[in-house]
Amino acid sequence: MPRRCLAIPMTDLVHRTTLPLGHRPNVLEMAGIAKVFNGNVTALKNMSLRVNEGDFVSLLGPSGCGKSTALRLIAGLMSPTVGRILWQGGQSKGDIGVVFQEPTLMPWTTVEKNVYLPFRLRGQSFAAVKDKIDEALELVGLANFHHAYPRELSGGMKMRVSIARALVTNPRLILMDEPFAALDEITRQKLNNDLLALKAKIGCTVIFVTHSVFESVFLSDRIIVMAARPGRVVEEITVDAPYPRDMAFRTSANYAAHTQVVSQALLHAIGEVA
Amino acid sequence: MTIADDTRAREQVYDAEESRRARNRQIEGIARWLVPIAVVLLTLYLWNWLVVAYALPHYILPSPGRVWDQFILDRAILGQSLLVTLRITVMALGVAVAGGVLLAILFNQSRFAELIFYPYAVILQVTPIVSIAPLIFIYITDPTARVLICAWLVAFFPILSNTTLGLKSTDHNLTDLFTIYGANRWQRLIRLQLPSALPYFLGGLRIAGGLALIGAIVAEYVVGTGGAGSGLAFRILEASYRLNIPRMFAALGLIAVVGVTIFAMTALLSHFALRKWHESAIRRDM
Repeated sequence: MPRRCLAIPMTDLVHRTTLPLGHRPNVLEMAGIAKVFNGNVTALKNMSLRVNEGDFVSLLGPSGCGKSTALRLIAGLMSPTVGRILWQGGQSKGDIGVVFQEPTLMPWTTVEKNVYLPFRLRGQSFAAVKDKIDEALELVGLANFHHAYPRELSGGMKMRVSIARALVTNPRLILMDEPFAALDEITRQKLNNDLLALKAKIGCTVIFVTHSVFESVFLSDRIIVMAARPGRVVEEITVDAPYPRDMAFRTSANYAAHTQVVSQALLHAIGEVA
Repeated sequence: MTIADDTRAREQVYDAEESRRARNRQIEGIARWLVPIAVVLLTLYLWNWLVVAYALPHYILPSPGRVWDQFILDRAILGQSLLVTLRITVMALGVAVAGGVLLAILFNQSRFAELIFYPYAVILQVTPIVSIAPLIFIYITDPTARVLICAWLVAFFPILSNTTLGLKSTDHNLTDLFTIYGANRWQRLIRLQLPSALPYFLGGLRIAGGLALIGAIVAEYVVGTGGAGSGLAFRILEASYRLNIPRMFAALGLIAVVGVTIFAMTALLSHFALRKWHESAIRRDM
């Protein structure tokens, strides 16, 4: 099967662009962003990125390529050395939801109180947002685990709680920093499927950091391929496959062709350094 | 051998092993209580045997029975002293908890305050209480206050240092999350840092509980005054002057019981506070 995939001309399947096609309303734009640590370590160099409503953008690259740095800059956890990140219509507190590589739950409290956290920090009462919390837990398939403590859940379930917390405020942008990297392959595939189903249902905008070619192709409509030393964007690849995507897409020629192109882009990026 | 036989044999082995494990668990459950009790009883028996066999005079080593008789005889006077010592210990622990936690929060919130006060906290901790006590004796006139200050000085440092460590030991990602959601300093302290610090604080409390008792006893040895309002330490001193060794043992036994009780109570508190979520309090199925 894989060999036959290679026989298909790639240009028909994979649409490459150097600039994203902006047919969706813009959420945020970063142009010429750089981040330098301690005055001499360049973590990120001249990064430009446009994220539009409903996008699923993956930042893909080896460790040290600045993908997590980019995410932290967008999250506002640090400020860029050069350039600015412009939010369409300005940024406010509830604009971002985050999912880290670890579930990052508060172990001392229950699942529903963990999901309540963003509201609690805004000063909203639990009763006022109970419906939203119920809905978020329902969406991630944990409707029966309101009162469980994080330690009673499996790794995948903890991650679902983390996702519920990220989307419960209906943020304009959800940032995911290698959320499934620590999970086993089967759980990871299941969560990938569920994430896409979730996205189709609520139409959220996602920036997804990963080092897995397969995961990025399966999930994204755009993949930003990055390289290390210094961290930079080397290529932007648009995944030309319609949503919803399911197990059939995973085994399709189109999928294989895309992973091929993305892998080559990655190898190319590494080759430039060596 | 057929496959069915093989399976049956395996099941049997599995069952035997399983029942052996269950039996071991049962034995361990009983032994947990029986062994310490047996050891104590054995010690008492050997003690008694030593006294009888070598005909030791009671002013050198009284027999356990004699200590018990003395305890019954002196129960009014010893009970009163016990209350005094207990009161000092509990008050010292209470002030140590309040002072230690508040100081830890202050240090955590203000780097400047930490730079100013931390050296004093360390100096007070590393200087033996026995050497500070005579000064306290000079400056403070109230006998209860003297002893209380000494006991507090001994007990508060583990609370302070453990709570300080706990307040710093928050999950970095959770800290970031609080930043992203725009948490203010107060919310961060209440919702994130204090819960994270709880296991550390409770660890400090266990140490401080024992130290508060030690502080109360030592302080009374050094700065305490005799009379009706005196604690167990004074009773020991007094008994030693009068060569009333059985009463010394009785007072000593009471102090030990108090110490064990304090330890058990702090351990129990720790268990109930953490059993739902912290690794230290979670029993794993083997």
